[in-house]
Amino acid sequence: MQTLTQRLANPTRFMEISRAALPWVTAGAALFIAYAMYLVFFVAPPDYQQGETVKIMYIHVPSAWLAMMGYSIVAISSFGLLVFRHPLADVSAKAAAPIGAAFTLAALITGSLWGKPMWGTYWVWDARLTSVLILFFLYLGLIALRSSLDDEALAGKLTAVLALVGVAILPIIKFSVDWWNTLHQPSTAFTSTVDPSMRTPLLIAAIGFTLLFIALHLKGMQNEILRRRVKTLRLAEVERGERLFSARAE
Amino acid sequence: MDLGPHAAFIWASYAAFVAIVGALIGWTFFDGRRQAAALQDADRRGLKRRSEPGPKQDGA
Repeated sequence: MQTLTQRLANPTRFMEISRAALPWVTAGAALFIAYAMYLVFFVAPPDYQQGETVKIMYIHVPSAWLAMMGYSIVAISSFGLLVFRHPLADVSAKAAAPIGAAFTLAALITGSLWGKPMWGTYWVWDARLTSVLILFFLYLGLIALRSSLDDEALAGKLTAVLALVGVAILPIIKFSVDWWNTLHQPSTAFTSTVDPSMRTPLLIAAIGFTLLFIALHLKGMQNEILRRRVKTLRLAEVERGERLFSARAE
Repeated sequence: MDLGPHAAFIWASYAAFVAIVGALIGWTFFDGRRQAAALQDADRRGLKRRSEPGPKQDGA
């Protein structure tokens, strides 16, 4: 009797399931994001201190959450590869890294553009900002390490080890605003200090962008499975050519 | 729509966000097309995966 993860470990079955799910996840993302943007630009009030610049929160905060969610997916997938040798673990880790890196970059840029009018500076070596910057470099390191190795299996193992070593950055980012005296405000999350008129659009935007992340991750995994199939076919073709050549030479 | 004295920063943020996420979406779907085309090309050349039915290339 196969477990759920074993049943999902079959790339062909994954392709079928993800092909069926992708349109729904994509449509859900589009609907949530569209509704969130409507609320953000036509319903949500300005902040009593920040005024309209609070509108940047609706893309900055979800980006930061997805930056960390992305790395969590890479780390969990890496654990799945090293411990369980799950056939799709490496595919998942490889597909999640560029998506996580993109959202980390978005969080850094939108945060910097939010900081200039509010703090008077684009950047400060604050604990939260610096740890998110390190997270971005970690993503780039994972992507660079993987692309520098031809051997797929070796690349998977090495990036998995690096990813698991780098997991320490996640609690540092999360608790940086509590451990150190930072310019960056405490965690937005869903504390009672955020008025419902702002919390609701933020939640809807977060759901929309999370669905977008999932859709991109599924599509990225599909691409990676196709890439590996093409690579396998081409290697088989080369080997067959060599066999024919040596048969003729004898 | 009046976004106040810092409207430029708000629009710049949304523009940067749309550019990054747009590029990510574009690249993901372009990569998908490319891999599907490469697989079709391999199929046209008669290359078959072990799990696929049909005559094997080397007459096996």
